[in-house]
Amino acid sequence: MISLLRSTGALSLSVFAATGRACILLIQMLLTLPLAIRRYELLLEQLYRVGVLTLPIIIVAALFVGMVLALQGYNTLVDFGAESSLGLLVALSLTRELGPVLAGLLFAGRAGAALTAEIGLMKATEQLAGMEMMAVDPLWRVLLPRFLAGVLSVPLLAVLFTAVGILGGYLLGVDVLGVDQGVFWSAMQQGVDFHQDVMNGLLKSLVFGVLISLIAVFMGYDASPTPAGVSSATTLTVVLSSLVVLAMDFSLTSMMFQ
Amino acid sequence: MQRQLIEVIVGLFVIAGVVALLFLSLKVSNLNSAIVTDPYQVSARFDNIGSLKVRAPVSMAGVKIGRVKEIRLDSDSYQAQVVMEISGEYTKLPVDSSASINTQGLLGEQFVSLEPGGQQKFLINGDRLRLTQSAVVLENLIGQLLFSNSQGAKE
Repeated sequence: MISLLRSTGALSLSVFAATGRACILLIQMLLTLPLAIRRYELLLEQLYRVGVLTLPIIIVAALFVGMVLALQGYNTLVDFGAESSLGLLVALSLTRELGPVLAGLLFAGRAGAALTAEIGLMKATEQLAGMEMMAVDPLWRVLLPRFLAGVLSVPLLAVLFTAVGILGGYLLGVDVLGVDQGVFWSAMQQGVDFHQDVMNGLLKSLVFGVLISLIAVFMGYDASPTPAGVSSATTLTVVLSSLVVLAMDFSLTSMMFQ
Repeated sequence: MQRQLIEVIVGLFVIAGVVALLFLSLKVSNLNSAIVTDPYQVSARFDNIGSLKVRAPVSMAGVKIGRVKEIRLDSDSYQAQVVMEISGEYTKLPVDSSASINTQGLLGEQFVSLEPGGQQKFLINGDRLRLTQSAVVLENLIGQLLFSNSQGAKE
């Protein structure tokens, strides 16, 4: 009984401690921002590796998600003779929820895990310690560019996901299922509000970007420098950031769309 | 060479994101139709607005000329005070125009429809429309129909 209490307590203490260390890391990274801006090519390189290389999976996934939405929505709406609302259904689901959330989840799997593994391995092979020996702070040389690249990439990827998804829905809905093209777009334009839907979706993806990137960078930096440590840190990154994205999505939705 | 290539690709990535956002704002959402150019405000009081919502369209002869800006209860007359924004290109609306709340289709969204009057004076900013007609509440209509049917059956 006591041991159960003790393990629960130890677990929560370690979670709290890790959250605190992550916040401290975030503040320390942001304090080195001026140094990182002078070496902006580091950021560019990470934007390429984190953002551009995630683009193919985002586009392919978005096409399929848009097409599935159109197919399912059409089958349901046609029963009510409301297939003219198909465009609205596809656009609202993508701008409000699916775009930011799925882009975040895919990003966590594709780029977040890679970031953690890379930084964890650098730590395990003592490259980070080596940099410190040469008076180069790994915070701005290694961590900050990766973090910033993640923060900038996720909103871009989410917007692209939404746009490509809507095009996918258009392809299936108009070209295959035969919904009228003009009705498809005009129903969409009437129902989708720029500030309420598009901007809130963008804000969501920005929040997801900060959270996923922080988790990925922190997990790598905080990993125990062994093969097992790096592997468990990589797993934790994907699991934690997926959970955080979904939980955060629920609370943001309940705040934004009342 | 390598660095230039990365810069170009990252630039393309960012531009693609911005283009996607433009697509969402102009093609998907109502950003371009949300702007009523150079608007003036006209108000009207209704006994019952049904389910009229803020930002619902205001139309005359079926053409959209503005949108509903504000809805509140006028606590003196216990009527709904509806403030409408009319686009500045439509300045020649007679002061004795009447407003009614109609429904798009049988169960669609409600909107304000203006009927032109006959006077030569035109509405200006801050005017109030005197002649209004409330929304038709479908439930009341069905209730009345049932009531009159049962009355007819008795006789």
